[in-house]
Amino acid sequence: MSFSIFLQHLVNGISLGSLYALLAIGYTMVYGILRLINFAHGDVFMLGTYIAFYAMTSFFLPWWMSFLIAIALTCIFGIILERSAYRPLRNSPRISVMISAIGASFLIQNLAIVIFGGRPKAFPIAPIFSRILNIGGVSIVSVSLIIPVITAIALYILNYIVNHTKVGMAMRAVSRDYEASRLMGIDVNSIISFTFGTGSVLAAIGGIMWGLKYPQLIPLMGLMPGLKCFIAAVVGGIGNIRGAVIGGFILGLGEIMIVAFSPALSGYRDAFAFVLLIIILLVKPSGLMGQNTVEKV
Amino acid sequence: MNKKNTLTLISIIAFIVLLFILNINLGIYQMRIFNLCGIYVILALSLNLINGFVGLFSLGHAGFMAVGAYTCALLTMSREMKEMNFFLEPIVPWLKNVQVPFPLALIVAGIMAAIAGALIGAPVLRLRDDYLAIATLGFSEIIRVIFTNTQSITNGALGIKGLPSIGITGKTWEVVIWTWGIALLTIIVMVLLINSSYGRAFKAIREDEIAAEAMGINLFKHKMMAFIIGSFFAGIGGALLGHLIGTIDPRMFFIVLTFNIVLIVVLGGIGSITGSVISAVVVTIAMEVLRVLDGDIIIGGYMIKGIPGMRMVVFSVLLMMVILFYQRGLMGTKEFSWDWILNRKKKTVKS
Amino acid sequence: MTVLRTDKITMKFGGITAVSQFDMKIDKNEIIGLIGPNGAGKTTCFNMITGVYIPTEGKIYFEDKNITGIKTHEITKLGIARTFQNIRLFKELSVLDNVLIANHMRLGSNLFSSVIKTPDYRKKEKKITDKSISLLKDVGLDNIMYEKSSSLPYGKQRRLEIARALATDPKLLILDEPAAGMNPQESLELMDFIREIRDRFDITILMIEHHMQVVMGVCERIYVLDHGIMIADGTPTEIQNNPKVIEAYLGVE
Repeated sequence: MSFSIFLQHLVNGISLGSLYALLAIGYTMVYGILRLINFAHGDVFMLGTYIAFYAMTSFFLPWWMSFLIAIALTCIFGIILERSAYRPLRNSPRISVMISAIGASFLIQNLAIVIFGGRPKAFPIAPIFSRILNIGGVSIVSVSLIIPVITAIALYILNYIVNHTKVGMAMRAVSRDYEASRLMGIDVNSIISFTFGTGSVLAAIGGIMWGLKYPQLIPLMGLMPGLKCFIAAVVGGIGNIRGAVIGGFILGLGEIMIVAFSPALSGYRDAFAFVLLIIILLVKPSGLMGQNTVEKV
Repeated sequence: MNKKNTLTLISIIAFIVLLFILNINLGIYQMRIFNLCGIYVILALSLNLINGFVGLFSLGHAGFMAVGAYTCALLTMSREMKEMNFFLEPIVPWLKNVQVPFPLALIVAGIMAAIAGALIGAPVLRLRDDYLAIATLGFSEIIRVIFTNTQSITNGALGIKGLPSIGITGKTWEVVIWTWGIALLTIIVMVLLINSSYGRAFKAIREDEIAAEAMGINLFKHKMMAFIIGSFFAGIGGALLGHLIGTIDPRMFFIVLTFNIVLIVVLGGIGSITGSVISAVVVTIAMEVLRVLDGDIIIGGYMIKGIPGMRMVVFSVLLMMVILFYQRGLMGTKEFSWDWILNRKKKTVKS
Repeated sequence: MTVLRTDKITMKFGGITAVSQFDMKIDKNEIIGLIGPNGAGKTTCFNMITGVYIPTEGKIYFEDKNITGIKTHEITKLGIARTFQNIRLFKELSVLDNVLIANHMRLGSNLFSSVIKTPDYRKKEKKITDKSISLLKDVGLDNIMYEKSSSLPYGKQRRLEIARALATDPKLLILDEPAAGMNPQESLELMDFIREIRDRFDITILMIEHHMQVVMGVCERIYVLDHGIMIADGTPTEIQNNPKVIEAYLGVE
């Protein structure tokens, strides 16, 4: 393999890793606060892509406006999802909430099939994203470079919110100790809404960029990326935002490199995430960045 | 023999008679749905054993079903059928010439699924709650990916077509005996198991692992037992499903299949055999009845245009309502008992 | 005869030492108390003895057999049973089922014969049912044995937890704060109850208790832990007059 081809794969891996990272953060934040695998998160991601698609094709809005609208609506949808499917079960066993998440995912997918139709749709791509750049003999589609840049900006803003604002401090407090935070006067409900909102914004950004890179939309498109990104979050150490980003990149780069270095294994690409998950769970269940917890007897 | 056992025996015989009557009177389409009900009873019960009685939230069912379905298909198909299917890459020689009778293939299918269960259970059953869920889901997905890629064994993504009909004679009247016969057998095994000392130990693990271990219950051993039994029946169910439909391919065993079964169990009540049985039958029939929604409906001369996929939306809305407002499902952890009927009779006699 | 002996057991969690170099020796049919302020490491000691934690250092001997590092369920089988600080009953199951479950490990029937209900299994099942019912009679819970265990009042739940532990046929019974949440009247009854089960079942009892009246009233010897270190041991009178103990409990100016 020549060096320039390797660089191409590397860029692809980094942009796929970026997308995974954006989605993984949503899982890790929700899990950190509610101890819930939000199975519907992948469907929120799908919804973001479809909203952008319809804004561009049915309402003929410019791409940037469509993207902003999609992000805003997805954010609202994420908050509604939590209010309607998870909040009523706040005091139920964790298994009930997980089942509700599976049910919500099921409902969103079926609604999407009815509303959007089951046939694949082609995501329109503005020329700015499809330019072929030639950098030192390596030709790269511009979107592959834009994705990591946008991701970096999103992560920077997220990091600022979590670590340097009041609401971020409250989020960290709630994820450390739910009950104590409530007793300290933190409005836990609005923090949870904020968390779902933030996660959904990131999912929408990820979904739109996913559409730009892999422009085929189907109602079940969120399922596999969703599961993989939850795995990325577990690999990084669930509840840890930095871990989710690292997990996302390991997964993205890993998948691309497997195909690049041994094409014979390309059929097993989708299994990579799951194999990685099993290895991590057996070797270090708390994930790369996580801490061990012991149940009190 | 006491009164309750007699009643049970009479009901079983009555049910078998009913099967024969239905077999004669129902059309092919209705019979097919009825058979599907039986298969879903098997699948729901096997999942309920693991998830409802031992409290292990496993999401690996589709994987075990796939193992069972492929094993049974490859063992029962004739050499000619296999050669027709495997046109992209020829089937491995040791599988090509094997052909065994259906009952034997079915048992082997169950055993293979049980072995898969044991191999997967050994590492993952030490994990807790949602980690277990995601790990079992992962293994089920790995099985699917492997089956998609082992072209010369499973025919890869093309799948296998032309599976022989369920049974020894290949006649349609035999199918229901197998589906509901095995469903009945599964119900009996589950009832006997749950009401044994081992069943109590399973429930103890569900209620409180730490206390169960302190009572001398070997957690790992008991979890493995339930997991292996559950996978065995999942394999049998998967095999029957494959042969009923007549075609199998890896996409059929996607995670969504596991979710469907989980939802059936939830509707019936996690931890109730009665609930699972009723729910499996009701949901399977309801899915067919709701098909009306997908087609055009004519009400008083007006035609409402059908929307494909509408029945799944209605179904998932109903499901979410149960999950949110009626968490314990139809039965909770309660079971049907002859006492209900006997006591009611006594009460009426008194009054 | 020595039932339980701990040899300099130490438990460290990360950098924190919960219990340090703890020595204890319990003879047959004794009733021993383990006391100390909150966070002194008492429950950690119990968890080491019952195999929930493996001691970082030191050894534990049960009837002269080294049981350090053995799994919890195996230790139970050897004859150590316990109750929990925050009651851990099988909530959804009946009172009788709770006790029957404790008999499972000594049932001696395999899965297959249990499912097909062989005559041998039926005989064993009947035996453990009779045994459980008579045990429930002994602790005064036989009239409510088909009730759901979580529906019982607090005091009876504690009693049931003890009965369940007894059903494992222990030689040593470990009670973690049996009097917690009980009113004075119930505490008095508990003291009689503890003595009674010791005599009736011919067992040895080790208990953690904060309720001083109960500890001083029922225990024959007491160990005092403070910050993971044993600061005193002796008879109730000795302990009551030990300046170190008074200091640990009241603090010094």
